[in-house]
Amino acid sequence: MSNTDSQGPIWEVFIQSKPGLAHKHVGNLHAADKEMALQNARDLYTRRKEGTCIWVVPFDAIVSSTPEDDEAFFEPSNDKAYRTPTHYIMPEGAKHI
Amino acid sequence: MTTNEALINYCLRLGDSSLILGQRMSEWCSNGPILEEDIAMSNIALDLFGQARIMLTYAGKIEKKGRTENDLSFKRLEREFLNNLLSERPNGHFGDTVARNFFLSAFSFHLYSALKASADEQISAFAIKSLKEVTYHLRHSAEWIIRLGDGTEESHTKIQDSIENLWEYTEDLFAMNEVDKILIKEKIAIDLNTIKPLWNKTINEILTKATLNQPENSFMQSGSLDGMHSEVLGHLLTEMQFLPRAYPTAKW
Amino acid sequence: MPEAYRKHLQRQISQHAHSEIIGMQPEGNWLLRAPSLRAKVVLLAKIQDEAGHGLYLYSAAETLGKSRTEYLNELRTGKAKYSSIFNYPTLTWADMGAVGWLVDGAAIVNQVSLQRTSYGPYARSMVKICKEESFHQRQGYEIITDMARGSEAQKEMAQDALNRFWWPSIMMFGPHDSDSPNTGNAVKWKIKRATNDELRQSFIDKTVHQAEIIGLTIPDPDLKWNEKRGHYDFGEMDWDEFWRVVKGGGPCSKQRLKHYNDAHNSGEWVRKAAKTYAEKQQLKQDVA
Repeated sequence: MSNTDSQGPIWEVFIQSKPGLAHKHVGNLHAADKEMALQNARDLYTRRKEGTCIWVVPFDAIVSSTPEDDEAFFEPSNDKAYRTPTHYIMPEGAKHI
Repeated sequence: MTTNEALINYCLRLGDSSLILGQRMSEWCSNGPILEEDIAMSNIALDLFGQARIMLTYAGKIEKKGRTENDLSFKRLEREFLNNLLSERPNGHFGDTVARNFFLSAFSFHLYSALKASADEQISAFAIKSLKEVTYHLRHSAEWIIRLGDGTEESHTKIQDSIENLWEYTEDLFAMNEVDKILIKEKIAIDLNTIKPLWNKTINEILTKATLNQPENSFMQSGSLDGMHSEVLGHLLTEMQFLPRAYPTAKW
Repeated sequence: MPEAYRKHLQRQISQHAHSEIIGMQPEGNWLLRAPSLRAKVVLLAKIQDEAGHGLYLYSAAETLGKSRTEYLNELRTGKAKYSSIFNYPTLTWADMGAVGWLVDGAAIVNQVSLQRTSYGPYARSMVKICKEESFHQRQGYEIITDMARGSEAQKEMAQDALNRFWWPSIMMFGPHDSDSPNTGNAVKWKIKRATNDELRQSFIDKTVHQAEIIGLTIPDPDLKWNEKRGHYDFGEMDWDEFWRVVKGGGPCSKQRLKHYNDAHNSGEWVRKAAKTYAEKQQLKQDVA
């Protein structure tokens, strides 16, 4: 993306909706610095009582896999059904823990 | 003057100041320097209108003449408004608005912090709620003071000018009269002299951080307690009150 | 991603975003004159939502490899389009009712269908927007209802607003399917999930009843329930006017663009200051 960006860098926004829950990605915004990003996130993404805690993360700090990585990254786990509990057969009448 | 009369007057001061500043902040809608700030300024305006509605409704209630928040907002005349002079200052450029809001939110922050302990339950509840809002307004404006002060040469000059130009309206924030005397005795209001040093400290800290100078007092404006405003207020009211005045019997 | 699909999305999403941003102006025109404090906060919250929606949409559009700055430059130079409806003036307070009721109503019909659009980021922003906009149309309908049931002068204002906004509102859905060069691909690629004419019909069917309830008359002599089709038949739109406004010949076309540009230009020094300050802070951090 262009460096002569009049809008400032992009920050990804994560909101925790209730104490104890994980922060969830809600979107992004533009801001010049971290305080501005945090305040803008509050103003933009919590107008309707959506949050109890906000994280803002510079977009540049996120490392993403690409569609080209898909096969190498994710397909090898397809044939490892032994990692899921339903792979195992419980004796008749035995109770789950 | 009875205590009730004093209290009505006091509520109007608080309510009018929030209302007029809210109206000013709404003028920014669709005019912000960046989309995100446009949204932030609207949020501030919404908080202020919320505050105004609480205080004006309360004033109408204790006045016992059946006036609503709308009657008090749209059917009073220039000299009847008791908002502080700073709140009616035109928006000017972004720096002027930031400087005005900074002075005002620092004032409201210290005022509401003290009014939380008011003997009047409504005032106290109002202060508790509003303090949360102005804490954010103060943080927002203070950060911008710092950004502009310590930003470019142009922004530094501009925000320093804004501060110089608005300084003469800051003394009016701390003006007191008979109303205050009565309400201080009843522990409803506070002596504004007690929060002045706190306000000064907040202003000084942020201006220093922003590499800006705090102006000296020279000629200082006054008069809001007597409904003596600047010319700009009449124009603001003309616009704000247009519909209820053009259609006095209409319901909206 | 196929290039034609990407280009189409870039255009459609950014136009949608621009419409939200320019759409703040006609309503902003009455914000300072709202007749009650409640009406004022509701209107302000609504316009603010529109800014937020513009922002969500620019975010979605940015995932297509073009920055918000680039999209905004297209808006500022008049290269990009936005919804023509915002090039009409809001002349009375009743127009706040008409805009909310008709313009937001039409937008919602369109947006609800777009929640199932094939491009994920666009669909997700639509879901968010639809959720937040649910009060917008009601707000408009409430204003127009109060006025239609108010004094004679208010009722006249309400009818006048409906008269002025009806045709531009139903033209918001765009040209007939037979004359719409982009609809074919957009439907094929599942970007659009319903055609212009289908959406328009759905909007008209819903809105006629709402007008009847509050005693206002839709300014279309050809409007008639068609039992056989199960839909309303309606008159032909003025397509000369439609194309004239699309090409920049709306009453407020120049004004809206100038307003946006003025705000953008006055904010230049502020954006520069924020950027410079951030760089200084970064430098300090790097040194430390």
